[in-house]
Amino acid sequence: MIITKPRDWAKIIANLDEVGAQRVFIMGCGQCATVAKTGGEQEILQAKARLEQGGREVTGWAVGEVACHLGGTKLETRKHQGDLDAADAVLVLTCGAGVQTVADSTPKPVFPGLDSVFLGNVIRHGVFEERCQMCGECVLDQTAGICPVTTCPKGLLNGPCGGMWNGMCEVLTDRECAHVRIQQRLVAQGRGTKEKALEPKDFSKKSKPGSVNMREESRRGKKAGTPDE
Amino acid sequence: MSRFSEALSRGEFVVTGEVAPPVGTDMSSMLESVRALAPHCVALNVTDNQGATLHMASLGASRAVLDVGVEPIFQQTCRDRNRLALQSDLLAATALGLKNVLFITGDDTRHGDHPQSKPVFDLDSSQLIAIAAGMNEGRDMLGRELSGGTDLFIGAGLFPEAEPFEVQLTRAQRKVAAGVRFFQTQAVFDLDKLARATDEMRREGAYVIAGILLLKSPGIVDFINNKLAGLMVPEHIGQRIKTAENHAEEAIAFAREQVEACREICDGVHLMPLGMDAAVGRILGG
Repeated sequence: MIITKPRDWAKIIANLDEVGAQRVFIMGCGQCATVAKTGGEQEILQAKARLEQGGREVTGWAVGEVACHLGGTKLETRKHQGDLDAADAVLVLTCGAGVQTVADSTPKPVFPGLDSVFLGNVIRHGVFEERCQMCGECVLDQTAGICPVTTCPKGLLNGPCGGMWNGMCEVLTDRECAHVRIQQRLVAQGRGTKEKALEPKDFSKKSKPGSVNMREESRRGKKAGTPDE
Repeated sequence: MSRFSEALSRGEFVVTGEVAPPVGTDMSSMLESVRALAPHCVALNVTDNQGATLHMASLGASRAVLDVGVEPIFQQTCRDRNRLALQSDLLAATALGLKNVLFITGDDTRHGDHPQSKPVFDLDSSQLIAIAAGMNEGRDMLGRELSGGTDLFIGAGLFPEAEPFEVQLTRAQRKVAAGVRFFQTQAVFDLDKLARATDEMRREGAYVIAGILLLKSPGIVDFINNKLAGLMVPEHIGQRIKTAENHAEEAIAFAREQVEACREICDGVHLMPLGMDAAVGRILGG
């Protein structure tokens, strides 16, 4: 899931001031931002109270089912058309994908209420960790299911770096070094240690902006979602 | 061939030192350090934004060292440049007459003076070593022929004291397989571990030059133990410096003992006198 954090409130107020927004509509998301407790009903109501304390009017609010889904979000904005029309701006408590979807669904100025930080594993309730950076070319087959691109703070494919000490990471000193874990797990699984370093990563696999069009692909006669080769 | 590599291949016990490029364009202080260290050293490392803090580029500062008749070891980290910039700087290094290069990962930017910067780490040091070895044979990392290849004696970092050793060893072996000819170690305190690492690396066909850090004050000992990740002064050595009547003199005596011991263990020493350049002669037993 996408992990978000509340944005600096002073920035939000500055954004609203910039467009002279006295009346605000608030939008959240029923998926990631609800689980992360940053953009669900509870957080929307807190933001509403805070805006009202500051003398602003909240014309309405909605927790979209999936804020990043364009069709669903357009439908949501239509459901709240009157409240949206009455607002000078929309404050969106979702990840950046959701903010942009809302911005494409209403002509009103749209501002982010959260900062998007990473694709997170849910370790347990309320504890999220980044394990995958969606680099476009998975190396987990060679690294015993531990991603060095993400979990090594330097993102080295081959390590450890010179700062590893007693198996611990140089940068995040309370964590085990990803490269030590990788090698030890490979050995434990009888997969040995590779003599050759992993080749440099192909960053073109992750050229921005990413785009997949399964419908276009199936129209071209290719089975949707299959790789090129 | 560099004088440094020739000395190693002749079986000489080499001494290298280290200078930091200035934070600015005035090189007088760096060159003063170069003049103090040069009579004792076969080559001097020129650091690359060490500690992830802004300094003049090692490439330019290395050339300035060469211009005063001293052989530099150009340092390149993987932190600040992508594969295009790293390769083009290696081409420039040879064109500028530099003969030695040391590849290191580089400290993380969040511990430096520009924590807001984007860390690059497009390549890691093993990958960069392999690319540099290819450039020495006249081709870039894509295998394309260069109009004139590089001519660089390739080195890397080694940390003999970090456990688990088997992980360090694999990493070092991969570096040698990629093309490393010499290692300069981090500061060494445990000579048994240095011997263990040296034996392994000599078997692989690489030289090992041991890092000797002058523990010139109790403050330095505490700084290393509390602030520097991946380095630890053992208790008995720390106590020896801290309880001495004259800390700096004791540190010089200790470094001198280490250098003497290293003569029997490895291929040379890399001196880090932390500004006490004038003490280098005595550390070397002069």
